[in-house]
Amino acid sequence: MTTYKRWTREQMAQRVAQDIPDGAVVNLGIGLPTLVANHLPAGREVMLHSENGVIGMGPAPAEGAEDYDLINAGKEPVTLLPGGCFFHHADSFAMMRGGHLDVCVLGAFQVSAGGDLANWHTGAPHAIPAVGGAMDLAIGAKRTLVMMEHITKAGESKLVPQCSYPLTALGCVSRVYTDLAVIDLGPQGARVMEMCEGLALAQLQALTAVPLLPG
Amino acid sequence: MIDKIFPSAEAALADVADGATVMIGGFGTAGLPNELTDALLAQGARELTIVNNNAGNGDTGLAALLAAGRVRKIICSFPRQVDSHHFDRLYRAGKIELELVPQGNLAERIRAAGAGIGGFFTPTGYGTELAKGKETREIDGRMYVLESPIHADFALIKAERGDRWGNLTYRMTARNFGPVMAMAARTTVATVHQVVDLGALDPECLVTPGLFVQRVVRVERVATSGGGFKNAA
Repeated sequence: MTTYKRWTREQMAQRVAQDIPDGAVVNLGIGLPTLVANHLPAGREVMLHSENGVIGMGPAPAEGAEDYDLINAGKEPVTLLPGGCFFHHADSFAMMRGGHLDVCVLGAFQVSAGGDLANWHTGAPHAIPAVGGAMDLAIGAKRTLVMMEHITKAGESKLVPQCSYPLTALGCVSRVYTDLAVIDLGPQGARVMEMCEGLALAQLQALTAVPLLPG
Repeated sequence: MIDKIFPSAEAALADVADGATVMIGGFGTAGLPNELTDALLAQGARELTIVNNNAGNGDTGLAALLAAGRVRKIICSFPRQVDSHHFDRLYRAGKIELELVPQGNLAERIRAAGAGIGGFFTPTGYGTELAKGKETREIDGRMYVLESPIHADFALIKAERGDRWGNLTYRMTARNFGPVMAMAARTTVATVHQVVDLGALDPECLVTPGLFVQRVVRVERVATSGGGFKNAA
């Protein structure tokens, strides 16, 4: 077995950012996906949308300049770029459901080889369910991308034949970016497009619960 | 003469009855009408059904209503937050009913009520446990779920400026559910920081037309504090 160097969270974000084209309207989910905004290549102009009624979000405000009437979906203070605007919730979700977003990037608990997504609830008996905008986002964007660790802390593959956690949406994920690989999903199965340095396909397959096709 | 300006939050909420369905605007802490939820707490109505995106932050506002045992049911999309301890306790004790709704379905169900729509088919939630038992239909090769409107007796919302006809503007992302909730309730009560003369709000930029608003209360501006940070998936 060769040794390999898994991608850091920043490297994963950088890799996702490369796939976001100039001019795209983009929604970045809470957590890991938020990092993507810091890595958009120079010269690419994108419009960042947030479910709570803002498009054209800019970077976080300077310390002391926070205004909690201007927040993102994670309830963190943000800024507005010139040209950005505000709208009410029904319009915000019409933008998603109506197919007006080009890309959304989401975190996940599990993704199936066919692109089913589970990212809202572990289904544990005492867990309080909370869905937010996850189901609307997953089905709405033209492309739904997922960023997640390849395996759980317990060592289990997060890419699975069938999601065991409650589903967010069926067949919505087209590409998954993990700390080990970039994998395309679709009716034909899971296809490995890239792997981190030093990783062999056989090694990746041993860590993955679905059959992998070479890219 | 039309004059929807009320002298106080207490006066604007005097007729909320036990068992009422009350929509409360806000996403996180932005757009929460704190003066109105405080007045609702003081007013005493019980067995309320509350419609809000979340289920209360900290110990004030909606959380205080929950803590006081005044809420029978909550319809929301994201109850679980780091500071939702009052809801968490009631839910785990089986003392509150939760109708969990994907956020876009929540917004559209509220909008539908205000727009006179009897129901609508949405792709959101299809194939998930939140669509269990609901009618589905294939339309042009895609699967949809039938969702129903959510009406309310009262909507409590926070706006920025208003006039005596009830016309409103909002402030940044504090707008969120305000405009659609205003449409969906029999009586909409809005707080504003400034009451202006008729004609002072630019008719091209006015957000909520006054016919959706029945009562306007002026309140002092208090800087919105942070809260309700989500746990990421």
